[in-house]
Amino acid sequence: MKAWIAMLALALLSGLNAAAWAGEAKPNAEDPAIEQRLVKLAEDLRCLVCQNESLAGSHAELAEDLRREIREQMKQGKSDTEVVQYLIDRYGDFVLYKPPFKPVTWLLWLGPLMFVGIGAGAWWVAVQRRRQRAETALPVEAGVDAAQMEEARRLLADVSGEKAR
Amino acid sequence: MKLLKRLLPLIIFAVLVGFLFKGLWLNPREVPSPFIGKPAPAFSLPLVGDATRTFSPESMRGKVWLLNVWAPWCVSCRQEHDYLMDLAAQGVPIVGLNWKDKAREAASLLAQKGSPYLAVPDDLPGRVGIDYGVTGTPETFVIDKAGIIRMKHTGPLSPEIWAKKVQPLVQELSR
Repeated sequence: MKAWIAMLALALLSGLNAAAWAGEAKPNAEDPAIEQRLVKLAEDLRCLVCQNESLAGSHAELAEDLRREIREQMKQGKSDTEVVQYLIDRYGDFVLYKPPFKPVTWLLWLGPLMFVGIGAGAWWVAVQRRRQRAETALPVEAGVDAAQMEEARRLLADVSGEKAR
Repeated sequence: MKLLKRLLPLIIFAVLVGFLFKGLWLNPREVPSPFIGKPAPAFSLPLVGDATRTFSPESMRGKVWLLNVWAPWCVSCRQEHDYLMDLAAQGVPIVGLNWKDKAREAASLLAQKGSPYLAVPDDLPGRVGIDYGVTGTPETFVIDKAGIIRMKHTGPLSPEIWAKKVQPLVQELSR
Protein backbone atom coordinates (compact mmCIF):
# COMPACT_ATOMS: atom_id res chain seq x y z
CA MET A 1 0.00 0.00 0.00
CA LYS A 2 2.75 2.42 0.99
CA ALA A 3 4.70 1.51 -2.09
CA TRP A 4 1.66 2.31 -4.20
CA ILE A 5 1.25 5.71 -2.66
CA ALA A 6 4.92 6.46 -3.19
CA MET A 7 4.66 5.42 -6.82
CA LEU A 8 1.56 7.50 -7.35
CA ALA A 9 3.22 10.51 -5.79
CA LEU A 10 6.26 10.00 -8.01
CA ALA A 11 4.07 9.76 -11.09
CA LEU A 12 2.24 12.95 -10.16
CA LEU A 13 5.48 14.77 -9.47
CA SER A 14 7.02 13.76 -12.77
CA GLY A 15 3.82 14.91 -14.47
CA LEU A 16 4.19 18.30 -12.83
CA ASN A 17 7.80 18.37 -13.86
CA ALA A 18 6.92 17.69 -17.48
CA ALA A 19 4.38 20.50 -17.40
CA ALA A 20 6.99 22.86 -16.00
CA TRP A 21 9.42 21.89 -18.72
CA ALA A 22 6.79 22.28 -21.41
CA GLY A 23 6.49 25.94 -20.53
CA GLU A 24 10.14 26.63 -21.11
CA ALA A 25 10.82 25.78 -24.71
CA LYS A 26 10.22 29.14 -26.30
CA PRO A 27 13.08 31.27 -27.48
CA ASN A 28 12.68 34.35 -29.64
CA ALA A 29 10.65 36.95 -27.81
CA GLU A 30 10.71 40.12 -29.87
CA ASP A 31 7.16 41.00 -29.05
CA PRO A 32 6.22 39.81 -25.55
CA ALA A 33 2.48 40.28 -26.09
CA ILE A 34 2.42 38.11 -29.20
CA GLU A 35 4.75 35.62 -27.58
CA GLN A 36 2.38 35.31 -24.66
CA ARG A 37 -0.59 34.77 -26.95
CA LEU A 38 1.40 32.23 -28.93
CA VAL A 39 2.33 30.23 -25.85
CA LYS A 40 -1.20 30.25 -24.55
CA LEU A 41 -2.60 29.12 -27.88
CA ALA A 42 0.13 26.58 -28.58
CA GLU A 43 -0.36 24.84 -25.26
CA ASP A 44 -3.72 23.54 -26.48
CA LEU A 45 -2.33 22.46 -29.83
CA ARG A 46 -0.68 19.18 -30.60
CA CYS A 47 2.78 18.88 -32.05
CA LEU A 48 2.15 16.72 -35.12
CA VAL A 49 5.56 15.09 -34.93
CA CYS A 50 5.75 14.09 -31.28
CA GLN A 51 1.96 13.82 -30.92
CA ASN A 52 1.98 13.68 -27.14
CA GLU A 53 3.71 17.00 -26.76
CA SER A 54 2.09 20.36 -27.14
CA LEU A 55 3.09 22.73 -29.90
CA ALA A 56 4.35 25.08 -27.22
CA GLY A 57 6.66 22.56 -25.62
CA SER A 58 8.00 20.70 -28.61
CA HIS A 59 11.50 21.07 -29.99
CA ALA A 60 10.61 19.31 -33.23
CA GLU A 61 11.48 21.28 -36.33
CA LEU A 62 7.95 21.25 -37.63
CA ALA A 63 6.73 22.64 -34.31
CA GLU A 64 9.23 25.46 -34.61
CA ASP A 65 8.04 26.17 -38.14
CA LEU A 66 4.44 26.17 -37.02
CA ARG A 67 5.19 28.51 -34.13
CA ARG A 68 6.92 30.82 -36.60
CA GLU A 69 3.88 30.64 -38.86
CA ILE A 70 1.50 31.38 -35.98
CA ARG A 71 3.72 34.23 -34.81
CA GLU A 72 3.69 35.80 -38.25
CA GLN A 73 -0.04 35.47 -38.61
CA MET A 74 -0.54 37.11 -35.23
CA LYS A 75 1.70 39.94 -36.31
CA GLN A 76 -0.56 40.35 -39.33
CA GLY A 77 -3.37 40.86 -36.87
CA LYS A 78 -5.16 37.54 -37.17
CA SER A 79 -7.29 36.45 -34.24
CA ASP A 80 -6.68 33.29 -32.23
CA THR A 81 -9.68 31.58 -33.82
CA GLU A 82 -8.40 32.42 -37.30
CA VAL A 83 -4.99 30.99 -36.49
CA VAL A 84 -6.49 27.82 -35.05
CA GLN A 85 -8.74 27.46 -38.10
CA TYR A 86 -5.66 27.81 -40.31
CA LEU A 87 -4.12 24.83 -38.53
CA ILE A 88 -7.33 22.77 -38.55
CA ASP A 89 -7.64 23.33 -42.30
CA ARG A 90 -4.24 21.75 -42.76
CA TYR A 91 -3.91 19.15 -40.03
CA GLY A 92 -7.49 18.40 -39.08
CA ASP A 93 -9.05 18.33 -35.63
CA PHE A 94 -6.10 16.19 -34.54
CA VAL A 95 -4.10 19.35 -33.80
CA LEU A 96 -6.54 20.25 -31.07
CA TYR A 97 -6.03 18.63 -27.70
CA LYS A 98 -9.67 19.32 -26.98
CA PRO A 99 -11.68 17.86 -29.84
CA PRO A 100 -14.77 19.85 -30.91
CA PHE A 101 -18.26 18.56 -30.08
CA LYS A 102 -19.74 17.32 -33.34
CA PRO A 103 -21.49 14.16 -34.62
CA VAL A 104 -18.27 12.12 -35.06
CA THR A 105 -17.12 12.98 -31.55
CA TRP A 106 -20.45 12.50 -29.79
CA LEU A 107 -19.44 9.05 -28.63
CA LEU A 108 -16.12 10.41 -27.41
CA TRP A 109 -17.70 13.15 -25.37
CA LEU A 110 -20.83 11.35 -24.20
CA GLY A 111 -19.30 7.88 -23.87
CA PRO A 112 -18.21 8.31 -20.24
CA LEU A 113 -21.65 9.64 -19.34
CA MET A 114 -23.17 6.67 -21.11
CA PHE A 115 -21.09 4.27 -19.04
CA VAL A 116 -22.10 6.03 -15.84
CA GLY A 117 -25.71 5.64 -16.98
CA ILE A 118 -25.26 1.94 -17.69
CA GLY A 119 -23.61 1.48 -14.31
CA ALA A 120 -26.41 3.33 -12.49
CA GLY A 121 -29.00 1.26 -14.33
CA ALA A 122 -27.27 -2.00 -13.45
CA TRP A 123 -26.98 -0.94 -9.83
CA TRP A 124 -30.66 -0.04 -9.65
CA VAL A 125 -31.72 -3.34 -11.18
CA ALA A 126 -29.49 -5.23 -8.78
CA VAL A 127 -30.94 -3.41 -5.79
CA GLN A 128 -34.49 -4.06 -6.96
CA ARG A 129 -33.78 -7.74 -7.45
CA ARG A 130 -32.14 -8.13 -4.08
CA ARG A 131 -35.08 -6.48 -2.38
CA GLN A 132 -37.52 -8.75 -4.16
CA ARG A 133 -35.52 -11.82 -3.28
CA ALA A 134 -35.33 -10.83 0.37
CA GLU A 135 -39.10 -10.42 0.49
CA THR A 136 -40.15 -13.61 -1.24
CA ALA A 137 -37.89 -16.17 -2.80
CA LEU A 138 -35.33 -17.09 -0.17
CA PRO A 139 -37.26 -19.04 2.48
CA VAL A 140 -39.14 -21.13 -0.06
CA GLU A 141 -35.96 -22.03 -1.88
CA ALA A 142 -34.27 -23.08 1.28
CA GLY A 143 -37.21 -25.31 2.20
CA VAL A 144 -37.93 -23.98 5.70
CA ASP A 145 -41.16 -24.44 7.61
CA ALA A 146 -43.40 -21.75 9.09
CA ALA A 147 -41.80 -21.79 12.55
CA GLN A 148 -38.32 -21.34 11.17
CA MET A 149 -39.64 -18.54 8.99
CA GLU A 150 -40.98 -16.73 12.04
CA GLU A 151 -37.69 -17.15 13.82
CA ALA A 152 -35.81 -15.79 10.83
CA ARG A 153 -38.11 -12.77 10.56
CA ARG A 154 -37.59 -11.99 14.22
CA LEU A 155 -33.83 -12.23 13.88
CA LEU A 156 -33.81 -10.10 10.76
CA ALA A 157 -35.94 -7.46 12.42
CA ASP A 158 -33.48 -7.45 15.32
CA VAL A 159 -30.55 -6.96 13.02
CA SER A 160 -32.12 -4.17 10.97
CA GLY A 161 -33.34 -2.56 14.20
CA GLU A 162 -29.80 -2.59 15.51
CA LYS A 163 -28.59 -0.99 12.31
CA ALA A 164 -31.19 1.71 12.51
CA ARG A 165 -29.99 2.62 15.95
CA MET B 1 -29.61 -16.86 -19.45
CA LYS B 2 -27.61 -17.76 -16.39
CA LEU B 3 -24.76 -18.96 -18.57
CA LEU B 4 -24.85 -15.68 -20.47
CA LYS B 5 -24.69 -13.77 -17.21
CA ARG B 6 -21.70 -15.76 -16.13
CA LEU B 7 -19.97 -15.28 -19.47
CA LEU B 8 -20.70 -11.57 -19.67
CA PRO B 9 -17.46 -10.39 -18.03
CA LEU B 10 -15.52 -12.69 -20.33
CA ILE B 11 -17.36 -11.28 -23.34
CA ILE B 12 -16.66 -7.70 -22.27
CA PHE B 13 -13.03 -8.63 -21.71
CA ALA B 14 -12.83 -10.23 -25.15
CA VAL B 15 -14.26 -7.10 -26.81
CA LEU B 16 -11.75 -4.93 -24.95
CA VAL B 17 -8.88 -7.21 -25.96
CA GLY B 18 -10.16 -7.04 -29.53
CA PHE B 19 -9.96 -3.25 -29.53
CA LEU B 20 -6.53 -3.23 -27.91
CA PHE B 21 -5.25 -5.83 -30.35
CA LYS B 22 -6.48 -3.79 -33.30
CA GLY B 23 -4.75 -0.80 -31.74
CA LEU B 24 -1.44 -2.63 -31.89
CA TRP B 25 -1.51 -2.53 -35.67
CA LEU B 26 -2.73 1.01 -36.15
CA ASN B 27 -0.22 3.58 -37.27
CA PRO B 28 -0.44 6.66 -35.04
CA ARG B 29 1.20 8.67 -37.84
CA GLU B 30 -1.71 7.88 -40.09
CA VAL B 31 -3.67 10.99 -39.22
CA PRO B 32 -6.74 11.43 -41.42
CA SER B 33 -5.97 14.27 -43.81
CA PRO B 34 -8.53 17.05 -44.07
CA PHE B 35 -7.51 17.44 -47.71
CA ILE B 36 -9.15 14.32 -49.08
CA GLY B 37 -11.67 15.46 -51.67
CA LYS B 38 -10.37 19.02 -51.64
CA PRO B 39 -8.32 20.82 -54.29
CA ALA B 40 -4.57 20.51 -53.91
CA PRO B 41 -3.28 23.83 -52.54
CA ALA B 42 -1.68 25.93 -55.25
CA PHE B 43 1.97 26.87 -55.08
CA SER B 44 4.81 27.89 -57.29
CA LEU B 45 8.32 26.87 -56.34
CA PRO B 46 11.72 26.90 -58.08
CA LEU B 47 13.03 23.56 -59.28
CA VAL B 48 15.98 21.77 -57.76
CA GLY B 49 18.81 21.92 -60.27
CA ASP B 50 17.31 24.80 -62.23
CA ALA B 51 16.06 27.59 -60.02
CA THR B 52 15.06 29.71 -63.02
CA ARG B 53 12.14 27.38 -63.71
CA THR B 54 9.23 26.85 -61.39
CA PHE B 55 6.68 24.12 -60.80
CA SER B 56 3.06 24.58 -59.91
CA PRO B 57 0.41 21.85 -59.51
CA GLU B 58 -1.69 23.61 -62.17
CA SER B 59 0.68 22.24 -64.80
CA MET B 60 -0.39 18.68 -63.95
CA ARG B 61 -4.06 19.23 -64.81
CA GLY B 62 -5.52 16.35 -66.78
CA LYS B 63 -3.17 13.80 -65.25
CA VAL B 64 -3.49 11.51 -62.26
CA TRP B 65 -0.22 12.07 -60.44
CA LEU B 66 1.61 11.55 -57.20
CA LEU B 67 3.02 14.34 -55.09
CA ASN B 68 5.77 12.71 -53.06
CA VAL B 69 7.06 14.82 -50.18
CA TRP B 70 10.62 13.77 -49.47
CA ALA B 71 13.93 15.10 -48.22
CA PRO B 72 17.56 14.05 -48.70
CA TRP B 73 18.00 13.83 -44.91
CA CYS B 74 15.10 11.43 -44.53
CA VAL B 75 16.16 7.82 -44.14
CA SER B 76 12.87 6.17 -45.09
CA CYS B 77 12.79 8.32 -48.24
CA ARG B 78 16.03 6.68 -49.34
CA GLN B 79 14.48 3.36 -48.63
CA GLU B 80 11.49 4.37 -50.76
CA HIS B 81 13.61 5.80 -53.55
CA ASP B 82 14.31 2.49 -55.32
CA TYR B 83 10.65 1.64 -55.47
CA LEU B 84 9.76 5.10 -56.77
CA MET B 85 12.29 4.47 -59.56
CA ASP B 86 10.34 1.31 -60.45
CA LEU B 87 7.05 3.21 -60.44
CA ALA B 88 8.50 5.97 -62.62
CA ALA B 89 9.73 3.32 -65.05
CA GLN B 90 6.16 2.03 -65.22
CA GLY B 91 5.09 5.49 -66.30
CA VAL B 92 3.56 6.78 -63.06
CA PRO B 93 3.95 10.59 -62.97
CA ILE B 94 5.61 11.54 -59.68
CA VAL B 95 6.53 15.02 -58.53
CA GLY B 96 8.94 15.15 -55.62
CA LEU B 97 8.54 18.06 -53.25
CA ASN B 98 11.97 18.56 -51.71
CA TRP B 99 11.02 19.49 -48.16
CA LYS B 100 13.30 21.58 -45.94
CA ASP B 101 16.53 20.55 -47.59
CA LYS B 102 18.76 22.91 -45.63
CA ALA B 103 21.96 21.08 -46.52
CA ARG B 104 21.10 21.49 -50.24
CA GLU B 105 21.81 17.88 -51.04
CA ALA B 106 18.87 17.04 -53.28
CA ALA B 107 20.50 17.81 -56.64
CA SER B 108 23.63 15.76 -56.00
CA LEU B 109 21.68 12.91 -54.44
CA LEU B 110 19.34 12.65 -57.42
CA ALA B 111 22.24 12.94 -59.88
CA GLN B 112 23.95 10.09 -58.10
CA LYS B 113 21.02 7.74 -57.51
CA GLY B 114 18.76 8.70 -60.39
CA SER B 115 15.55 10.69 -60.19
CA PRO B 116 12.09 9.16 -60.28
CA TYR B 117 10.56 12.63 -60.45
CA LEU B 118 9.12 14.63 -63.32
CA ALA B 119 9.95 17.76 -61.37
CA VAL B 120 11.48 18.50 -57.99
CA PRO B 121 10.09 21.73 -56.54
CA ASP B 122 12.28 23.08 -53.77
CA ASP B 123 10.44 23.90 -50.53
CA LEU B 124 13.31 25.13 -48.41
CA PRO B 125 11.30 27.00 -45.72
CA GLY B 126 8.72 24.19 -45.57
CA ARG B 127 5.74 26.49 -46.18
CA VAL B 128 4.22 24.41 -48.95
CA GLY B 129 4.64 21.38 -46.73
CA ILE B 130 2.60 23.14 -44.05
CA ASP B 131 -0.03 24.04 -46.64
CA TYR B 132 -0.33 20.35 -47.45
CA GLY B 133 -0.47 19.38 -43.79
CA VAL B 134 2.80 17.48 -43.99
CA THR B 135 3.98 16.18 -40.64
CA GLY B 136 6.95 14.13 -41.75
CA THR B 137 8.56 12.61 -44.77
CA PRO B 138 7.82 10.66 -46.82
CA GLU B 139 4.21 11.42 -47.55
CA THR B 140 2.52 10.82 -50.85
CA PHE B 141 -0.61 12.47 -52.20
CA VAL B 142 -2.66 11.06 -55.04
CA ILE B 143 -4.06 13.94 -57.07
CA ASP B 144 -6.66 13.43 -59.78
CA LYS B 145 -7.14 15.00 -63.20
CA ALA B 146 -9.10 17.93 -61.79
CA GLY B 147 -6.44 18.68 -59.19
CA ILE B 148 -8.35 17.16 -56.27
CA ILE B 149 -6.43 15.28 -53.58
CA ARG B 150 -7.84 11.76 -53.39
CA MET B 151 -5.50 10.02 -50.99
CA LYS B 152 -2.64 10.65 -48.66
CA HIS B 153 -0.22 7.95 -47.70
CA THR B 154 2.07 8.51 -44.73
CA GLY B 155 5.32 6.59 -44.78
CA PRO B 156 7.32 5.01 -47.58
CA LEU B 157 5.55 3.41 -50.53
CA SER B 158 6.24 -0.27 -51.02
CA PRO B 159 5.08 -2.80 -53.62
CA GLU B 160 2.50 -4.13 -51.13
CA ILE B 161 1.07 -0.73 -50.29
CA TRP B 162 1.06 0.26 -53.93
CA ALA B 163 -0.78 -2.89 -55.01
CA LYS B 164 -3.27 -2.85 -52.16
CA LYS B 165 -3.96 0.80 -51.51
CA VAL B 166 -2.72 3.16 -54.16
CA GLN B 167 -2.81 1.44 -57.51
CA PRO B 168 -6.53 0.54 -57.47
CA LEU B 169 -7.38 4.19 -56.86
CA VAL B 170 -4.95 5.47 -59.50
CA GLN B 171 -6.41 3.05 -62.03
CA GLU B 172 -9.94 4.07 -61.21
CA LEU B 173 -9.12 7.76 -61.44
CA SER B 174 -7.24 7.31 -64.71
CA ARG B 175 -10.29 5.85 -66.44
